[in-house]
Amino acid sequence: MSPMLMQGDEACAEGAIAAGCRFFAGYPITPATEVAEVMARRLPQVDGFFIQMEDEIASMAAIIGAAVGGAKSMTATSGPGLSLMQENIGYAAMAEIPCVVVDVQRLGPSTGRPTSPAQGDVMQAQWGTHGDHPIIALAPSSVKESFDLTVAAFNFAEKYRTPVILLMDEVIGHMREKVELPDYATVERVERAQTLVPPEWYKPYENYPVDVPPLIPFGEGYRYHITGLHHDERGYPTERADEVNLWLDRVFRKIRRGLSEILLYDADGIDAAETLVVAYGSTARSAHYAVELARKRGRRVGFLKLKTLWPFPEEVVDKAAERIHRVVVPEMNMGQMALEVERVVGRRKVRRVNRADGQLIKPDEILAAIEGMR
Amino acid sequence: MASRIEIRLAGTGGQGMILAGILLADAAVRDGKEVVQSQSYGPEARGGASRAEVIISDAEIDYPKVISADVLLCMSQEACDRYADQMKERRLLILDSNHVSRAPTTEAIRVPITQLAQDATGREITANVTALGLLAGLTGIVSRPSLEAAVRSHVPKGTEGVNLKALAAGFEEAGRVK
Repeated sequence: MSPMLMQGDEACAEGAIAAGCRFFAGYPITPATEVAEVMARRLPQVDGFFIQMEDEIASMAAIIGAAVGGAKSMTATSGPGLSLMQENIGYAAMAEIPCVVVDVQRLGPSTGRPTSPAQGDVMQAQWGTHGDHPIIALAPSSVKESFDLTVAAFNFAEKYRTPVILLMDEVIGHMREKVELPDYATVERVERAQTLVPPEWYKPYENYPVDVPPLIPFGEGYRYHITGLHHDERGYPTERADEVNLWLDRVFRKIRRGLSEILLYDADGIDAAETLVVAYGSTARSAHYAVELARKRGRRVGFLKLKTLWPFPEEVVDKAAERIHRVVVPEMNMGQMALEVERVVGRRKVRRVNRADGQLIKPDEILAAIEGMR
Repeated sequence: MASRIEIRLAGTGGQGMILAGILLADAAVRDGKEVVQSQSYGPEARGGASRAEVIISDAEIDYPKVISADVLLCMSQEACDRYADQMKERRLLILDSNHVSRAPTTEAIRVPITQLAQDATGREITANVTALGLLAGLTGIVSRPSLEAAVRSHVPKGTEGVNLKALAAGFEEAGRVK
């Protein structure tokens, strides 16, 4: 397609359409409303369904239901809505339901400042719902990446039977940028896996031989049970520790085995670097500007932009920071991803650059940290 | 970074600053430039401060906000008070003299933009588009055909003619001011 001016939220919705999303349920909230607006217009054009729900709890429930019915499904919200969705996100994690939850982050906590950006939901994306579970969370830093990572989110959701959270932020969601989108027919799509076994042999949570047993849509004659309780291979509640452990091992294993394709990042100038900047989302843009300024002043600075935030790319960060003395981690919160970076590289190496006042971090602030001035 | 041009359009909510930013950015895309447009506004639909920022460059743009503006358009006194000092040394400051009475410098282009729009179209709501014509005419940042195409594709249906008239009024005024 020819170059056009497009908003991050719009590109996210278009990415969903390109990935094969045919069901959207949501409740409007700044700065994510534009995702719903585009989906409301686009889904009927591709024989899909759009529902405006009464709230975010119901929105999350609806997309889980649609996914069990066989549709690729999505909702979009911001921090206050993500808080309400947590119970059902846990249900999707427990029941292994593929779905995509878009969170266009704004300044919190609570109602916070609706039109101001933040990256305060990083930890919530992983730990907002209770109990141990893996999650995949992706963070775009441009309008084009909003498209690409939405496609990736759907593909990961289907391939690994898991909810995937797209952690956008107000800057990326509302920003307009020149983009060239691909022909949707050429976009790689992962479709729901099929089964070869007859209905009476089908086990929706089978632990062997594959890590990701196929999820057969309701209504095709395959009858099974879905619950938020710990369950056996057929989906019925269990209290047996051995069965709980099999489930737990498998859901962590399936993500671990996929790490080489799940962990998305861009790295440059790391081999010769003395200082490393690790950034994500809109802050990565300020960080890259600062890195370029520092390089012009003769400093050897490596740049690592994380697109996958969860699972946290431990080995990528560990390797990048191996010979480095100072790791700068700018983010629009009081230090969330920095906790993970510190866990991997050690607290002494890390220089945090934080803002949680609704302002995008400025390149100067990151440059000062690169140069050791803060 | 050398070719990076930073433009800030500032006024009051309801004056169409964000639409002006979109039009300018869309014109830049049509000119084959790299462009990023962002905005800042309060929760209210009208009133309150509103600003759009557009970065235009020949190279990829990373930091998406204005660091210090090359071009600043002020459509309210508050916008002028707030942003006039956040500019580069070689810069262009455009003030709508219908809304801005106190300027911090004599080196500003003062034009009764809202009045010009009212005279050209009978609707002062088109002042944002007149301002764009003035800005583009003075700077050449985007081409006139691209800006006209952007206006045709983004303004509400049925208002294309009115808005193109408003745009032309801005370009004509730029010719006089130059």
